[in-house]
Amino acid sequence: MSDATAPGQSWRDWLLTDAPTSRRHARLANLYQGWLKLRANSMAMFGLGILVFLLLVALLAPVLAPHDPFQQDLANRLLPIGAENHLLGTDSLGRDILSRLIYGSRITLYIVALVALIAPVAGLLVGTVAGYAGGWTDTVLMRITDIFLAFPRLVLALAFVAALGAGIENAVLAISLTAWPPYARIARAETLTIRSADYISAIRLQGAGPLRIITKHIWPLCISSLIVRVTLDMAGIILAAAGLGFLGLGAQPPSPEWGAMISEGRRFILDHWWVATVPGLAIFTVSLAFNLLGDGLRDVLDPKDSGQ
Amino acid sequence: MSLLEVENLWVRFPTRQGIFDAVRGVSFNLNRERLGIVGESGSGKSMTGRAILRLIRKPGIVEADHINLEGRNLLDLSEPEMRKVRGQQISMVMQDPKFSLNPVMTIGDQIMEAYLLHNDTTKAQARAKSIAMLEAVSIRNPERVMRAYPHEMSGGMGQRIMIAMMLIPDPQILIADEPTSALDVSVQRQVLDIMDGLVKERGMGLIFISHDLNLVSEFCDRVLIMYAGRIVEVCDADKLHEATHPYTRGLLNSLPRLDQPKARLEVLTRDDSWAQSKSVRGHS
Amino acid sequence: MTALSIKDLNVWFGHDHDRVDAVKGAAFDVRQGESFGLVGESGSGKSTILKAITGLAPTWSGEIRVEGQALQGATRDRAFYKTVQMVFQDPYASLHPRHTVDQVLSETLYLHGFGDIDAHVMRLLDDVGLGGKFRFRYPHQLSGGQRQRVAVARALAGEPDILFLDEPTSALDVSVQAEILNLLTDLRQEHSLTYLMVSHDLPVIGHMCDRLAVMKDGEIVEIMQTEDLRQGTAKHAYSQALLAASAAA
Repeated sequence: MSDATAPGQSWRDWLLTDAPTSRRHARLANLYQGWLKLRANSMAMFGLGILVFLLLVALLAPVLAPHDPFQQDLANRLLPIGAENHLLGTDSLGRDILSRLIYGSRITLYIVALVALIAPVAGLLVGTVAGYAGGWTDTVLMRITDIFLAFPRLVLALAFVAALGAGIENAVLAISLTAWPPYARIARAETLTIRSADYISAIRLQGAGPLRIITKHIWPLCISSLIVRVTLDMAGIILAAAGLGFLGLGAQPPSPEWGAMISEGRRFILDHWWVATVPGLAIFTVSLAFNLLGDGLRDVLDPKDSGQ
Repeated sequence: MSLLEVENLWVRFPTRQGIFDAVRGVSFNLNRERLGIVGESGSGKSMTGRAILRLIRKPGIVEADHINLEGRNLLDLSEPEMRKVRGQQISMVMQDPKFSLNPVMTIGDQIMEAYLLHNDTTKAQARAKSIAMLEAVSIRNPERVMRAYPHEMSGGMGQRIMIAMMLIPDPQILIADEPTSALDVSVQRQVLDIMDGLVKERGMGLIFISHDLNLVSEFCDRVLIMYAGRIVEVCDADKLHEATHPYTRGLLNSLPRLDQPKARLEVLTRDDSWAQSKSVRGHS
Repeated sequence: MTALSIKDLNVWFGHDHDRVDAVKGAAFDVRQGESFGLVGESGSGKSTILKAITGLAPTWSGEIRVEGQALQGATRDRAFYKTVQMVFQDPYASLHPRHTVDQVLSETLYLHGFGDIDAHVMRLLDDVGLGGKFRFRYPHQLSGGQRQRVAVARALAGEPDILFLDEPTSALDVSVQAEILNLLTDLRQEHSLTYLMVSHDLPVIGHMCDRLAVMKDGEIVEIMQTEDLRQGTAKHAYSQALLAASAAA
């Protein structure tokens, strides 16, 4: 077993091989072929480009931002777009909107990352256990899921935040608590089809226990459809976070969270439209990017297509 | 004149590794006869059947010098014209009837719909004709079957219903792609007998695509043996067991036989030259 | 010695009105080292017998003994999995689509408590005629025959005494079928295995088995020697009909 490529054989050939020579080779080749499929989808690549750009902006915020996002300058309040020194204008307290937008991307990513970590994992756990165990476990877990699903999402989140107290962490927690039930349903549905497959019977006949079957055999097949669903839901999650911010229950002033920024700009929307519109456009762009990427990922990751 | 004449048919699929040729320059004709096409999976036999009806999905490409049906080149027809040909002149029966019938419509409605689509008659007439068709494929209780849904039917019944539907427009040619592979042997026999009777009675041409050499040699008049997208041998079906091409011989010898027990079966050793040599012309 | 002994086996699915009796009062013995066939059409209950023995069909009654040990319910212990293994019908469905050959075999070996898994994987691949170059491929990079070889390797990993073969070649081309059947013949000799083979294909059963049971609607209608099958001296009317149909097709 060696990873060495023969002389004259390019990396591309090595990655495109049908006969991998080591575990690492097999995994890399598989990833690369998925990447090639994704790359062929120009809309998905466009979405991915926006998200990479957002990530870079968030990382380099202190370098990119022309001003301190919290620096008030009441002499220069509500400057229009294109004003000198303030490319996207200033808000009602004279803070530079561009800088606030740049710093706000950190908060957006923080929310997205936390929700994406909590909700699908909880859903996966509940869904696969319910689907594989069946019987009473299934009934109890799925009725709990139904109860959560029955509430309108934002109202439930509002109730949670009201109970937990306003703040960005609590908003994330509230959104996660309302976001997991659909994932549980998807994971359960997938598990029901997977668990009767021959390859699951085969590993059961080798004496594998339920824990091993769920984590090593069912999860890898559920995860891809969950990833797709999560990316498609991201837009909704960003909007929910922004909505909570807008209602004053998410990020607290003076934090430059995009939803909170719209909320602040609302008062001047007729005379100074850009104060609310610019963060709105930012939310729109990022949501769209996640949706486009999700669509592309569906084509690459859908287990029903793989191997054809 | 032949019913159908295919000249130099190619089916290509562009892939990341370049163009893959599924069918490579196949030529044959079909008279009022039962023509078998045999080969293993990947030999291009199903692709040939689908290409005639222009049912190859994108990005697949069908090319041929001509595919003539009564002097008309099917490749020159527009899609609406082609749809007419598919319904009225050439019909196709697929392997698994479960996927070909609409699960939420009763069988009667589906057959009648097919009939009304091709004939300008009343519903009552369509109903009478549908029942007659079901009787023609040896369904004992056609009234009950008309009211049933596809999932209530067994595999053999489903396949008979498919055949009945395909025969309603009175096509000149029937293409059957592994029509009995999903069925038990005893049912297989019945379905074949029905098809046989209908083909003879109506003077149709039948293209019977199968992987089963014994079945084809028993059921057809003439056989094309396909390998790697080409025809490697053409012979009369009853002389299939005297076939000369090493591939055909290899396939025949690799079958276990009740009357000739042996400890080990013969294994087919493939020769690159089989795939390289020119396609044999399948004209009679 | 008897490898497998079945008495008055009933298997059913569902209960009350929906109850379907898939196997009714089946009884047969398979001797150590013998190859025994179960023949019948779809729905005759032949595969269900395998499922009941392996614990994949939990609702059964009667007596099943594997190497003298009586089985209970649907739970099977580690010793059972080391004695009995199974090759499934469709090699396209019996391999996990996201696991390489290496993962499939390594996990199986790990579950059976083997050390030095690398060496074992290579030996298994050699045993089934695949060789090391297939070790890190995903199922979609293998042909049907190659997949079935992997499935055979997986079944052999725990070094079982009894191998269940559920229509192991019905999804394969005839030339590939010959290769897999030859492989199974060789492996049976090398590892002195006992086979219980299910198939609808009489010539295949005739080639592989010493004795066979003919099943119809969940019941065993006849148990006979393969020699009787060859001579066409089946006693039961249904066996004769099956034989006639398969000879004609």
